[in-house]
Amino acid sequence: MGSWIPTTESERKEMLAVIGAASIDELFSSIPEPYRMRGWEIPAGLSEMSVRNLMAGLAGRNTADAISFLGGGYYDHYIPAGVDALSGRSEFYTAYTPYQPETSQGTLQSIYEYQSLICRLTNMEFANASLYDGGTALFEAATMAVRIAKRNRVVIHPSVNPTYVQMLKTHAANLEFDFVTGDDPSGAACVLVQNPAFDGTVRDFTALGDRCHAAKALLVVSFYPVSLGMIKSPGEMGADIAVGEGQCLGMNLGFGGPYLGIMATRAEHVRKMPGRIAGQTEDHDGRRGFVLTLQAREQHIRRTKAMSNICSNQALCALRAAIYLCLLGKEGLRDLAVACHSKAEYLKAKLDFAQILNEGPTFNEFAVRLPMDAHLVTSKLLDRGFLAGLPLHDVGAGETNDLLIAVTEQRTRAELDAFAGALKDAACN
Amino acid sequence: MDPEKLWYTEDHEWIGEVNSVYAVGITQHAQEALGDITFVELPELEREVAAQEETAVVESVKAASDVYAPVSGRVVQVNSELETRPELVNQDPYGKGWFYKLADVITDDLNELMSADEYRAYLAKLEE
Amino acid sequence: MQLIFEKSRAGRRAINFDALDVPEAKLAPELCRANAAALPEVGELDVVRHFTHLSQRNVGIDDTFYPLGSCTMKYNPKIAEVVAAMPGMAKLHPHQSSSAAYAGTVQGAYALIHELEAMLAEIAGMKAASIQPIAGAHGELTGALLMAAYHRDKGNTHKDTVIVPDSAHGTNPASAVMAGFKVVEVPSDSDGTLHVDKFQAVMNDRVAGVMLTCPNTHGLFESNVARIAELAHEVDALLYYDGANLNAIVGQCRPGDLGFDVMHYNLHKTFATPHGMGGPGCGPVGVGERLLPYLPGPRVVHHDGIYSLETPEKSIGRIAAFFGNFLIAVRAYAYMRFYGDEGLRDVSRVAVLNANYIHARLKHAFKPAFGKPFMHECVFTAQPQAEKGVRAMDFAKALLDRGYHAPTVYFPLTVKECLMIEPTETESKETLDAFCDTMLELARLAEECPEILQQAPITTPVGRLDEVKAAKDLNCACL
Repeated sequence: MGSWIPTTESERKEMLAVIGAASIDELFSSIPEPYRMRGWEIPAGLSEMSVRNLMAGLAGRNTADAISFLGGGYYDHYIPAGVDALSGRSEFYTAYTPYQPETSQGTLQSIYEYQSLICRLTNMEFANASLYDGGTALFEAATMAVRIAKRNRVVIHPSVNPTYVQMLKTHAANLEFDFVTGDDPSGAACVLVQNPAFDGTVRDFTALGDRCHAAKALLVVSFYPVSLGMIKSPGEMGADIAVGEGQCLGMNLGFGGPYLGIMATRAEHVRKMPGRIAGQTEDHDGRRGFVLTLQAREQHIRRTKAMSNICSNQALCALRAAIYLCLLGKEGLRDLAVACHSKAEYLKAKLDFAQILNEGPTFNEFAVRLPMDAHLVTSKLLDRGFLAGLPLHDVGAGETNDLLIAVTEQRTRAELDAFAGALKDAACN
Repeated sequence: MDPEKLWYTEDHEWIGEVNSVYAVGITQHAQEALGDITFVELPELEREVAAQEETAVVESVKAASDVYAPVSGRVVQVNSELETRPELVNQDPYGKGWFYKLADVITDDLNELMSADEYRAYLAKLEE
Repeated sequence: MQLIFEKSRAGRRAINFDALDVPEAKLAPELCRANAAALPEVGELDVVRHFTHLSQRNVGIDDTFYPLGSCTMKYNPKIAEVVAAMPGMAKLHPHQSSSAAYAGTVQGAYALIHELEAMLAEIAGMKAASIQPIAGAHGELTGALLMAAYHRDKGNTHKDTVIVPDSAHGTNPASAVMAGFKVVEVPSDSDGTLHVDKFQAVMNDRVAGVMLTCPNTHGLFESNVARIAELAHEVDALLYYDGANLNAIVGQCRPGDLGFDVMHYNLHKTFATPHGMGGPGCGPVGVGERLLPYLPGPRVVHHDGIYSLETPEKSIGRIAAFFGNFLIAVRAYAYMRFYGDEGLRDVSRVAVLNANYIHARLKHAFKPAFGKPFMHECVFTAQPQAEKGVRAMDFAKALLDRGYHAPTVYFPLTVKECLMIEPTETESKETLDAFCDTMLELARLAEECPEILQQAPITTPVGRLDEVKAAKDLNCACL
């Protein structure tokens, strides 16, 4: 058995002598005797080498090397080597919340820079230090809008990811929100939209934003950060709150997390925004420095009246996103978006045997209706080394023959050609 | 305002008459407890408030506190200078640091509150 | 230090993508942004030096002793990072769980989730656990939603209140409110624990749940917890265990055996996953018999050697899109398998030994906040020193100058000038001794040259920062 506990038996005895206790057991005397544990079913410990082998065995029972066309909000983008190298510095990942700003300037400045990058990406004025993920960020945006508008109707546009809708309803189960599907802002706190939509369709929500504001409702736009290398930003559409899933900005797919919940808003609403916020200030010598600010909104001070119960942020993920966006830069993000869009359009044009379900233009993802059951097709494609996409019926967003196909910069023309051919073989034979 | 002529609540608000309306603020003790005040959220004009209803929020770096209406009334004026200069609450809690003014106050309600002497005794008791 | 934006030079770039191997496609202009996002234009070395310099302005557990009370800043084993980076874990697409068509591609991940949830349940004496909640506070919210679902299902419509002690983390009341409850605070006794009579005074038929941390944030075991559980159950209220301090009791006693019905775990505390500057954490929820039918879904189940997903009939639904912070759960699982039965018991034993050792060495120089025996952390009040002008914060800053992270100060709110020290089990005796020597030296300096503490820190990249200015002249982004 291994241990990361350094204390030897003789040291334990010395320490007990200083404490004045006869045994370590005596230190647990405040636990009433009937409740002291006698046994449990936990396996014996392993060496580090055995742990590694055990985990390699589990990892080996998963398929992670297929050529992937899975998207649905989470995308197989390339992660530059610098992201792992820098975020893997233990001064970052073994630190905690910057309670002592003097020795946490790395954390705080990186959060400030992350917030700045998000504002520049979205054309919004304030971003927080991050929330858990895209789905919880949308829920927090809805509660924030309810708080601001003092109304409880939340309108969900059909473009929104159906999993997010489920999460909204789970989180708000006891909050007396009135969820309505559609795009009518009258009497509502907000309209939640997603761009590109879950099915990949790109829209301009500027007119809806105007209607929202005329009705004193907020426009909440859930966005896909990579798409903002190309498409109109939430700020340009008049969004009051912009939220998004930041996985695409340098996070591993990781079977669901850790991811990054992005949230940004306009200046007038910053005090109603949940989550940590870093701000710039100076020390007594006038040196630039950063602190967590506007903390009076948060649970550790406001308790029952806090803007949210959230305590942490996904700081390490926000750092990864900041490094990613800096490595890509202004031109790189545009190139990335153009590559994703162009490759998806190339593939879409090749799928003439399937019906494209999107009513308008798409970014890097589109929905098709196949001539046969999507389950059968994806199973056949899996045998040929492809994750062919997301059968939409399984997420409650389509019929059994419908498939959602995403394309990233990582797919080569040769892969797209091979996939189009294999999909045709599988779906039409 | 002369602190001796005001009425006080157990939540450390004060209220006092100015030209037949009533100004509301927080006490010297309250501003000291909060520390440097960084933000004040004021009520909407014309809002009808009930006694003990939350009417404003005052924030410092490490604390936040609700400000309750000492008595019922209608908000007829707010001190919008506090939006840009919240430090006035620290500097002059009984003067330039007032929060808002109430009309339609029932004067009998004021008798439910503490006098300056009673508030001093209340603070002394809290210290114990 | 400069911002990355100040290092930007027009036309400079780091990452290139392959030249397009398909025709370039365009979207209609009205769908496109007017200008490219103003991201910095920097080279790769610019980025590497910038973030390396930022890291050097940070302090982590790998640098120094981090006795931050209530946060369990133990060593984060390197093997956990290695296994979480294995492509078979790191590169799995979450939608591989969305369709039964892909179930065969994630059997290893399902097996891990299934075993981890079973181990978590066993460790805490619960019936089952779910790794969906993404962080501790998210686990609390999930637990509160589970309590609400239970009462709704039983027709307990009158139950609208959750009881929380005044020493609780702020997330407890905030989570209860998000789940639709009113919160009533119950005061701790002067000995730092909950007493039955004070608890009875706030207990009534409207109470839906009671949220307790045990040991509590004073570092004390709630000795009356079993009686409190009885009182709660008499009115069909549920008892919630905040797992913030689980590290103190792993293998010594189990929340389920004490009468708790629902809880959350902090994998980033008890099971050593990195705190990542404040996240990502991982906050699984555990439930006893009463709440089993309501667990978040879908859940991994095991039939005839095959893992698949099922959603409990009365499930509250998805609290996360998939399996929460899966890669954090992977790290915790590796940690638990490494330690196993005996090792996990030793964790709590040495965590408690270390805290008591620090208490014994410091108790004559610093006033213990309570007279009862501490568990995994010891809480002092610097009130005597503060009366002479040296506050808890001054001790914290002086520790930074001496190469340590500070303890938690000014929490819990129930202790004036609070210094809360949690050493964890992974620190050696010589580290604890050196820290105690430093604390004793600071206690002496507080008497003799208080200005040394009051002016600290002087060795850090910046001195004490103007938080009032930060809040008033809001500058939260470089636009």
